Amino acid sequence: MSTNGSNGFEPRLIGFLCRWCSYNGADLAGTSRLKYPPNMVPIKTNCSGRIDATHILKALKEGADGVLIAGCHPGDCHYINGNYRTAGRFPLTQKLLEQLGLEHGRVRLEWVSAAEGDKFARVVTEFTEQIRALGPLGWSAQFVDESVAAPAAEKEAVPA
Amino acid sequence: MSKFKFAMYWAGSCGGCEIALLEIKEKIVEVDQNYEVVFWPAATDFKYKDVEGYDDGFIDVCLFNGCIRNSENEHLAKVLRAKSKVLVAFGACATMGGIPGLANVASAQEIKDLVYRDSPSIDNPDGIYPQERYEVPEGVLDLPHMYDTVKTLDQTVDVDYYVPGCAPEAGQIAAVLDVVTAALKGEGPLPPKGSTVGVSPKTCCEECKRVKEEKKITSFRRIWEFLPDPEKCLLEQGLICMGPATHAGCGARCTGVGMPCRGCYGAPDGVLDQGAKMLSTVASIVDAPTPEEIAVIAATVPDPVGTFYRFGLPSSLLRRARV
Ligand code: FES
Repeated sequence: MSTNGSNGFEPRLIGFLCRWCSYNGADLAGTSRLKYPPNMVPIKTNCSGRIDATHILKALKEGADGVLIAGCHPGDCHYINGNYRTAGRFPLTQKLLEQLGLEHGRVRLEWVSAAEGDKFARVVTEFTEQIRALGPLGWSAQFVDESVAAPAAEKEAVPA
Repeated sequence: MSKFKFAMYWAGSCGGCEIALLEIKEKIVEVDQNYEVVFWPAATDFKYKDVEGYDDGFIDVCLFNGCIRNSENEHLAKVLRAKSKVLVAFGACATMGGIPGLANVASAQEIKDLVYRDSPSIDNPDGIYPQERYEVPEGVLDLPHMYDTVKTLDQTVDVDYYVPGCAPEAGQIAAVLDVVTAALKGEGPLPPKGSTVGVSPKTCCEECKRVKEEKKITSFRRIWEFLPDPEKCLLEQGLICMGPATHAGCGARCTGVGMPCRGCYGAPDGVLDQGAKMLSTVASIVDAPTPEEIAVIAATVPDPVGTFYRFGLPSSLLRRARV
């Protein structure tokens, strides 16, 4: 990946796209030859309602700097109300992430229809810039072996 | 025949697991027939140096409860791992981090600041904090080094079996001891290494006798706000009950007396992150006409970390708040 950011940081993004609307929107952006940053790895899911907080947390833990969830507009979900579930999970997941010290902008929810290639390209562009501004997340790097910092434990008997 | 060697240790824990072991009542006599206690700080007067002096593998079974919160806990985890043939992570703290694991929302320094400086009831004008090393005429005193991140036992050493629960339920403890004793006597196989024992398949809801219908809620309520219907599913009454995302094994004793499940038995098989699963479940049963209204109601859950990760923050995917 090229490094064109001012700080040399290229965001690594994961996008969960529902196959009925948003993934087709992404396809349309491609076939329309719209330009948008190559930072997001798209993952096709059956419905945005399939994405539970586990997928988001796992992506963040495993090195993503940001996660996008995109599904059909309310009323258009192929499974009728899958995206209503998404709508409920999203703010609660945000609240959880905030408690854990993550910035609000790391995770984003968008409704993108199959006809909205332009919107898809715009969302990915915006999101990439947003995460570029936030900087790398590097979640797992914060876990260090604290035992090395501990004083030598082989001291005289301590009462148990 | 000589007795098998038994050890039990508490690391970062409350002592409830020790009591839970005695909850097996007269079965403790059988334990005494089969085992000789070689280390159990709550009950016997062995010193750390006694254990450190044992040969590797000297202890047949060690029930290790409590999380790894400081250097002393870590040291004992490593010693007991080396000295034990079978090391069992016993209870919610050892398996998942437990209640002390909620400390992972802060750093060790933030916790000390709160406890020794900022708490409204503190009167500490000289700003005195506990020191890890202190020299007195008789020599040097030292305290264990407190870590920033609470760990589970298996994030520290290799673990053979897991017995979840806060505390593990007596019937389950007795069953686990029976299996281990039989295996030591050569009368039966040990369960496969790494398995969670002392649980039942499926989720807490399976064991819960309450009537379950369609889960649709329009607001969240808390247990002090009303008297829940004694028959109906607590989740359907707007109480956040962790039952759907919690391993069965406790007999659903809490929900039986009107207290929502808090999730101490951990994630059921196949669930990677108990809190994330429950959060997703809770948010998707909110019933309102528009996505916007659903979002507003879902966001009213007061403390997602404390609610969904009450016992399991250190073993969750993200493990802690950002430092
Ligand atoms: S199918 Fe697109 S959101 Fe459900």
